[in-house]
Amino acid sequence: MKTLILRSASSYLLPVLLIFSVFILLRGHYLPGGGFVGGLVAAIAFVLDAFANGLKKTKILIKIHPGFLMPLGLLVAFLSGISPMIIADMPIMTGLWAGHPIPVIGAIGTPLFFDIGVYLVVIGASLTIIFTISESA
Amino acid sequence: MEILLAIMTGILYASGIYMIMRRSLVKLILGIVLLGNGVNLLIFVLGRITKGEPPIIDDSQKVLEGIYADPIPQALILTAIVISFGLQSFAIILVKRAYKVLKTDDLDQLNTTDEDS
Amino acid sequence: MLEAVLLGFLFSIFLVFAGRYFRGKLAVLSALIPISLFVYFASFINEVAQGKVILESVEWIPSFGVNLSFTLDGLSLLFALMITGVGSLVFLYTAAYLKNHKYLDRFYGYLSLFMSAMLGLVLSDNLMSMFIFWELTSISSFYLIGFNNDKADSRKSALTALGITGIGGLLFLGGAVLLGDVAGTYRISEMLGMSDSILKSPEYILIVILIFAAAFTKSAQFPFHFWLPGAMKAPTPVSTYLHSATMVKAGVYLLFRMSPVLGGSDFWHHTLIIFGAITMLYSAIHIIFRTDLKGILAYSTISALGILVFLIGIGTQAALIAASVFIIVHALYKASLFLITGIIDHETGTRDITQLSGLKKVLMPVAIAGFIAALISGGVPPSLGFVGKDLIYEATLHFENNAILLTVIAIATNILLFYAGFVAGVKPFFGKLPDKFEKVHMPSPLMWIPPLLMTVGGLIFGIFPGLIETTFAKPIVNALVTDTEDFHLKLWHGFNTILALSATTLVLGTILYFTIKPKHKLEQAISKLDRIAPKNLLFKLSNGFVDFSSLWTSVFQNGYLRHYLSLIVAFLIIAVGFLLFKDFSLNIDLRSLSRVTIYEISILTMLLCSVLYTVFTKSRLAAVASMGVVGLSFSLLFLFYSAPDLAMTQFSVDTLTVILFVLVLYKLPKYLNLSDNKVRIKHGILSLVFGSMITLLILRVLSEPKNTEISEYYAENAYTLAHGKNIVNVILVDFRGIDTMIEISVLIVAALGVFGLLKLRLKSKDKK
Repeated sequence: MKTLILRSASSYLLPVLLIFSVFILLRGHYLPGGGFVGGLVAAIAFVLDAFANGLKKTKILIKIHPGFLMPLGLLVAFLSGISPMIIADMPIMTGLWAGHPIPVIGAIGTPLFFDIGVYLVVIGASLTIIFTISESA
Repeated sequence: MEILLAIMTGILYASGIYMIMRRSLVKLILGIVLLGNGVNLLIFVLGRITKGEPPIIDDSQKVLEGIYADPIPQALILTAIVISFGLQSFAIILVKRAYKVLKTDDLDQLNTTDEDS
Repeated sequence: MLEAVLLGFLFSIFLVFAGRYFRGKLAVLSALIPISLFVYFASFINEVAQGKVILESVEWIPSFGVNLSFTLDGLSLLFALMITGVGSLVFLYTAAYLKNHKYLDRFYGYLSLFMSAMLGLVLSDNLMSMFIFWELTSISSFYLIGFNNDKADSRKSALTALGITGIGGLLFLGGAVLLGDVAGTYRISEMLGMSDSILKSPEYILIVILIFAAAFTKSAQFPFHFWLPGAMKAPTPVSTYLHSATMVKAGVYLLFRMSPVLGGSDFWHHTLIIFGAITMLYSAIHIIFRTDLKGILAYSTISALGILVFLIGIGTQAALIAASVFIIVHALYKASLFLITGIIDHETGTRDITQLSGLKKVLMPVAIAGFIAALISGGVPPSLGFVGKDLIYEATLHFENNAILLTVIAIATNILLFYAGFVAGVKPFFGKLPDKFEKVHMPSPLMWIPPLLMTVGGLIFGIFPGLIETTFAKPIVNALVTDTEDFHLKLWHGFNTILALSATTLVLGTILYFTIKPKHKLEQAISKLDRIAPKNLLFKLSNGFVDFSSLWTSVFQNGYLRHYLSLIVAFLIIAVGFLLFKDFSLNIDLRSLSRVTIYEISILTMLLCSVLYTVFTKSRLAAVASMGVVGLSFSLLFLFYSAPDLAMTQFSVDTLTVILFVLVLYKLPKYLNLSDNKVRIKHGILSLVFGSMITLLILRVLSEPKNTEISEYYAENAYTLAHGKNIVNVILVDFRGIDTMIEISVLIVAALGVFGLLKLRLKSKDKK
């Protein structure tokens, strides 16, 4: 599937799709989007790249094994969950919010970090599944 | 419209179950996917359907008012979709591996737990 | 008292770790446990004799009224002393009997477990804790009977015993719960005052039947008696301890304990008298046909248990005195006879009574013990057996109805028991010593002293019955009967009817002993009747049950996925369908439904076509492609019905799924036409019915008003509490964050599963 068009398009598509996925992730609290969708879009971006340039190159591009994103994401989500307990002595998963909202992202708080955790886990899991399968296929 | 969706759900259930009951392993997986879709639709329809009113609060307002689609089934289905992706991939790999090891995709020949069968 | 009960449990746990040191000479040391317990309980004799009842209670599950309450009155003291006393001797005896046995430590573990359970049983004042100890005795006896677990016979007998006593235990639980419900308490001491209201309650008959079933199974009453001869497969110390002196008396103990509470009705008395009489006579007659020493002893034990049940059934003060004395008599002589049998078996290697004779030449002290045991068993003066037998006759003679019949049955049984005692205790030692036994030598004193001690004890108690009168007989009667008359145990009553009856028994017994010789022929003759024996009838029942279960299993668990699924689906159709049609009202308000537009119709048509194509296509690739279309139609559907998040997610997942399928598709097997058309049609119909049921179910739910409370809460608070405007996302990351946390963990597990499965494959390939 290494067609010329796809290959040249992918070099632009990958960064665009990745930025798009982060955009979806960040706006999720106000508009349709969020960690699940964002993560899936990012995963699709990498899979597309792998289709165009070969799995090896994509893997070199990512540098780390996508599997490591899973514990990382879980850790981020978990920390955001327990931080209210530690910082403010509130029940687990209580939202903590910082001052004024900033444009596009809106208010910054622990739910945002939770969503980032979800995002990382979804990327990690999807890519692990697809990469291992295509490696062995 | 709800009636049509209800019938559609029934069709998805029926085809899912029918596919799972086939002896071929691949059809088993397709059946699981269809059944999963059927369940999603079931939850969605039971939450009542609303056109063009997503559960998103307007910029100018602080509370969602008037007619809006029920957010709870949506939240349920959203995670279900993602998890079913994990489930499907696991099932596919399981089937693939079973096929490699046992050299058969006939479910009827997988009916013992004995190693030597 | 709690500590006393727990001591044996702790010791058996201790043996798990330190058991190997107890295999050698140290084994004797483990007898310290029952001996010290015996001393401990003996120290209460004086207090109890003065009429005191010692109560102790430790809260266990107070909310259910289940406590570890212990009571020590005359009855439980007698049993406690019997358990620890016989236990001490058996522990000592075992050290020699099973010397150098590979699993001696295990044996001691089971024995002390049993001893504690039995102590707990007789000391419990709470029906629930009594039930627990009751079951523990069944379980530990299972291990002890099956101790020679390399023999199929032992295993089978152990299972039979466990089955019978286990069923009895369950029935006991039922009776206990019912009784506790009626009385409002599980404490027996509190029930004593309520016997009138319990008698009048409608559940009374059921309670009594359940308690009887428990007692009869445990104490081997007809028709449940057959497990006891089977249990003789156990090593002799076990037969001695469990199956003559203690465990089988648990049922008798239960009847004793319950008689002040439940024993006020004709039903109680008549049933016990009838079952007791049948058991005592039936198994006494069986004795004549046995040639195995242990078999003889087993049947005479059943007979003795029958006598006890019979006496409790009579229930007069005289009968209760007779029963309490007879328990002591029986424990003393039967345990000794078992131990003697064990010695004979151990030294000569056979228990066949037709081969044994003249052993007194080589085993003199054992012969003395055997002779005395036979005297006690036969009720020859001046042994305690004589006192016991007199008391039995006194009880039957003075019973208000059918006194003559009952007395005749009692005399007949006693004659046969006389015979049994002499065959087991005297016959092996007299006559000519066969050549093959000339090299038999005396066993270790640990083995012959215990039976000698017990039999001599029986003689002393017989000569001085006053010893028992104050210590046991009176406290027991005080515990069971409210208004007691004064009485005295005496060896010599003077010349009266009872003496004449006793003399008749002795004379007839002696004649029987000299006329009937145990023969194999007789044993074979009776075995022809086995087919209609309760044992075989019950076995047939249990085999039938097993056959039925395996039939059931092969029908329902045949290993075919489609079969399981069809069953589940069929069951669901029936269960849900029934409820659905029971009050079926499909009143959908058509106006409330949204209008159908052309876009919706086209999406649905697309969905329908792709689903049907997936099902019916013969090509895998086409099926995967149409699966993709199904997913796409879904995301359009979600988009249309105000679920943009779902639409996006579905779209992305759909993309990934199709990629996934395509990646592995060519590694997957091709479609084969495996099922024939008949099966397809069958499954098709089943699926369609199921699908229609789901449709009807949805319509039924849609006709009900929807509860929007929770949705409204989210709608109102999403922004004010969680600073988010996309409510679906707010639910996911904030309101139900922990759920999402678990969901992403599931996703990780799935990914790791895929990873692991594939890596595993690579490794096994490497090996090849």
